Order: sequence, then structure tokens, then C-alpha cells
Amino acid sequence: MTDSSILLDCRDGVAEITLNRPERLNSFNAEMHEALKSALVTIRRDSTIRCLLLTGAGRGFCAGQDLSDRKVAADTGPPDLGESIEQNYNPLVRSLTALEMPVICAVNGVAAGAGANIALACDIVLAAESASFVQVFCNIGLLPDSGGTWMLPNMVGLARAKGLAMLGDKLPARQAEQWGLIWRCIEDDALMSEARQMAAHLATRPTAGLAKIKRALNEGASNTLDQQLDLELQLQTVAGRSDDYREGVAAFLEKRAPQFKGS
Amino acid sequence: MSVILCSHPTDNVLQITLNRPEQRNALTNDVLKAIGDALHEGKARCAVVTGNPKVFAAGADLKELATMKAIDCHLDPRPELWKRLYHSPIPWIAAVNGLALGAGCELALHADIIIAGESARFGQPEITLGMIPGAGGTQRLIRAVGKSTAMRMVLAGEWLTARQAHDCGLISEVSVNELTIETAVALAARITQQPPLAVREARKLLLTAYETPLQQGLDMERRAFSLLADTADRQEGIAAFFDKRPAQFEGR
Repeated sequence: MTDSSILLDCRDGVAEITLNRPERLNSFNAEMHEALKSALVTIRRDSTIRCLLLTGAGRGFCAGQDLSDRKVAADTGPPDLGESIEQNYNPLVRSLTALEMPVICAVNGVAAGAGANIALACDIVLAAESASFVQVFCNIGLLPDSGGTWMLPNMVGLARAKGLAMLGDKLPARQAEQWGLIWRCIEDDALMSEARQMAAHLATRPTAGLAKIKRALNEGASNTLDQQLDLELQLQTVAGRSDDYREGVAAFLEKRAPQFKGS
Repeated sequence: MSVILCSHPTDNVLQITLNRPEQRNALTNDVLKAIGDALHEGKARCAVVTGNPKVFAAGADLKELATMKAIDCHLDPRPELWKRLYHSPIPWIAAVNGLALGAGCELALHADIIIAGESARFGQPEITLGMIPGAGGTQRLIRAVGKSTAMRMVLAGEWLTARQAHDCGLISEVSVNELTIETAVALAARITQQPPLAVREARKLLLTAYETPLQQGLDMERRAFSLLADTADRQEGIAAFFDKRPAQFEGR
């Protein structure tokens, strides 16, 4: 189904989602939001899936909101951008961060506006050398959404966050890596093979444990040390009862490779 | 199949698990009666009432309600069944994961302490069905969460997340879902380790506070305080403190 705006391919524990409106740089319209939502529900309900890889088709990753979409057009009176955020972007960011498995984003080209911040909401971000991140919001009188104003200062500090958000300059992938905004910048040709290799590897790891790591690190940004110590205690108590913990320890003692089930 | 399951996670703690998952633990009169019986009959000194990971209890039985006219509601023995829960001889803790809606929220409000997992949601959505709460969802709720929050919940049918419920004082602790029940059981066990007579008097006074003018409550507190001065457990508690050893309370 190449005419669908979202492609979902599930195999060997990995779900690969491709944003598929390359002629519009994979920008979001209502239909793509719906398709992405249902793909994420499918993934959440499928207990065999242990890693999600998100990428874009064509030369861009995602150009954010499609400004020609009827719902956000400004020519027929002021649009309700809040509605679109409440219905689409916020739930999307929440479901990516709540998904109990690692989420890799392979940023294959420009990631602009909400597209940049959705990429940054993923757990491990890989970007092609030719890719870039652009907080375009400031150029049209808006502010970064999809969690951008929370993630940017947390990831690169307030000074760089303000520069990015108020100037709207293109941040090349290489510099994003140097700033600590993403995990790695990779040669264009190698991006997808490396991303898939990483996804395949993560899909064999202790998924529930990785989900706890993700959760604790995400919440850490807004917790006090005291709260975080309590959270670690509770999550570790639960993790200590998992089959994967038992298997991990047994494999270590027996000097063999562990066979994790993900739970 | 029994509507509730009873177990004893420790010697003195009774765990009551609502056991009608297919009906989302809807609280029929039978269920309320079974909970009341368990609280009144057992030899436990503290109880934990819980549901399943998805639902604590999602309301009354709507099919049953739909058939009831005013006079049926008026003659319904249900208020007496609720009262029996409130007048439980032992303290009990609601351990809530998932939905606590309508009568389910009111059941939690009857508990002495509520502990919840992050998945817990508290709501009184009766208004959306053309009804209002009928078992404390206006009276107990407003005392537990304050006026504005109670109004939002009851007039607009809004739910509270576990965090919101904690912030407004409805519940005493939020834990990760997997640990909700054992957190409640551990707390129950700590209560059972305290001197039984003092626990009973203190609980009675705390519950009376909602219904008594301050001076009258203070007088009652002082009377109970004085009465307990003659207990063996008080002597033991103080002696153990000075001897730096754990107290051995006997309920005398």
C-alpha cells in the first residue's frame, strides 16, 4: 500500500513506521495523523514487537504541519491550532514517550517544526549527514510545540534552545550530534542499515527493562533527586522480579549469551 | 464464582479482591454485602480492598439501576450496605489500580486510606447519565478533595488521574501499578503492629471529626486519651521506647 501516508512493516520484533507523503516532505495532514495513530495502537497491542523504528520516505523526514491542510489554514478566519495540538500532536508525543519499548528515529532529511520535535521525542535519534533540524515556528509567529520548548532546553541548554527557537536557523545533523541533541550523525548511505541493525539488536534486549530506563530518564528531567530515588526503587523492585533479570544473571554466571523474552 | 476473593497476605491482614472482571467489578448489592460480611466476620486487624489491574470498580450495575423507579430506590437496602462498610470494625485500605468510577469511586471514599497505582482514575460520571452520585459522591467527595475539584468531578463528570488525586489529598500515595497492592498490604501490616485499642479509638475519633464541632471533638479526644492511660499496651509502649526494644502489644 504505497499510496498510504503511513507505512507499517512489522517483522522479527521490530516495527518500522515510514512517514509516506514524500511529495509534501512528509508533512502532517489530518489523514496522516489518523494513520499514524492507528499504527501506534497496532504496535502497542502486539506483544511480539519490541522496538519501533520511525523514519520518513524520500528526501525529507518530516516538515511538520502541512500548512495547506484545510484545518489550519489562516485565510478563512483564525484556525484553532489548539484543537489540532490537543487531538493530534500532544497525543502523538505522549504515545511515543509512553510506548514501553525503545523508539529509534532515523532522520533521513530535513526535520522541521513539529517534525523536528517528534523526532526528538524518540529515544534514540540517528540522523543522516544531510539531515537538519529546524524550529521554523518563529518564522510564522508561532512557538515550538510537540514538546519542543521542554525538550530543547533539557537537551542543549537554555541558551541554545532560545537561539534555535527564536532564530529558526537550520541545525545540521553533525552539529546536532556535537551539541548532544541527537545520539549520532551517520553518512547518508549508511543511515537506514545502521538504524535497522540497532533496532534488530534492541528487539532482542530486555524490553520491559529498557522501557523502565526510558521512563525513569524521561521523568528525571522534572523530578527532584528524592523523587527520582523513590522512582528508581519502585521500578527496580518490579524489574528484579522479571524473567529477563533472572535470565540475564544466569547467563552472566554461566558465561553464555542471554536469551531475553522482553518481559 | 464468588463475587469477592479473600486471602491473608499476612496473619492479621485480610485482602478482599473484587472478582467480577467481566462486569468491570460493578458494585451490585450482593458485592457490597460480601465486602461488608468479610470486613465484619474476619479475625484480621486491618483489610485491603482491591480490584484488578484495569478496574478497581466501575460503578453500579446500570442494568439494575435502569429498572428502578423512585420508590424502588427509596426502599433499596443499599444505603445500609454502604453504612456497614463505613462502620467496619477494622480499618481498611482501598488499593486502586485502573478505574474507580461512580460507585467504585464511592467505595474508595468509604475506605480509611486510599492508595493508588499510576493507572488509577477517579470519577463520578453519574451526571452524564442524568443521575447524581448516591453513596457519598457529593458529601464524602467534597470533604476529601475540596469544593472546586468536587464540583468539577460531579457537575462536569471529569476524572482525576492518580497524581491529581494525590495533589488534592484524595489519596495518600501513588505507586507504580505493579506495587499498589503490596504497598497497601505493607501499610496495613504496619497498622496491625500498633496497639489495637489505641488504633480503634484513634480511628473512631478521626472519622468523627467530619461530623462533630471542633470543641466537642476535642472533648471526645481527651476522654479517649485519658481512658487509654490505663491500658497495658500504653505502659508497654513507653517501657519499650526507653528500653530501645520493639513493643509487644496485646490489645489490653
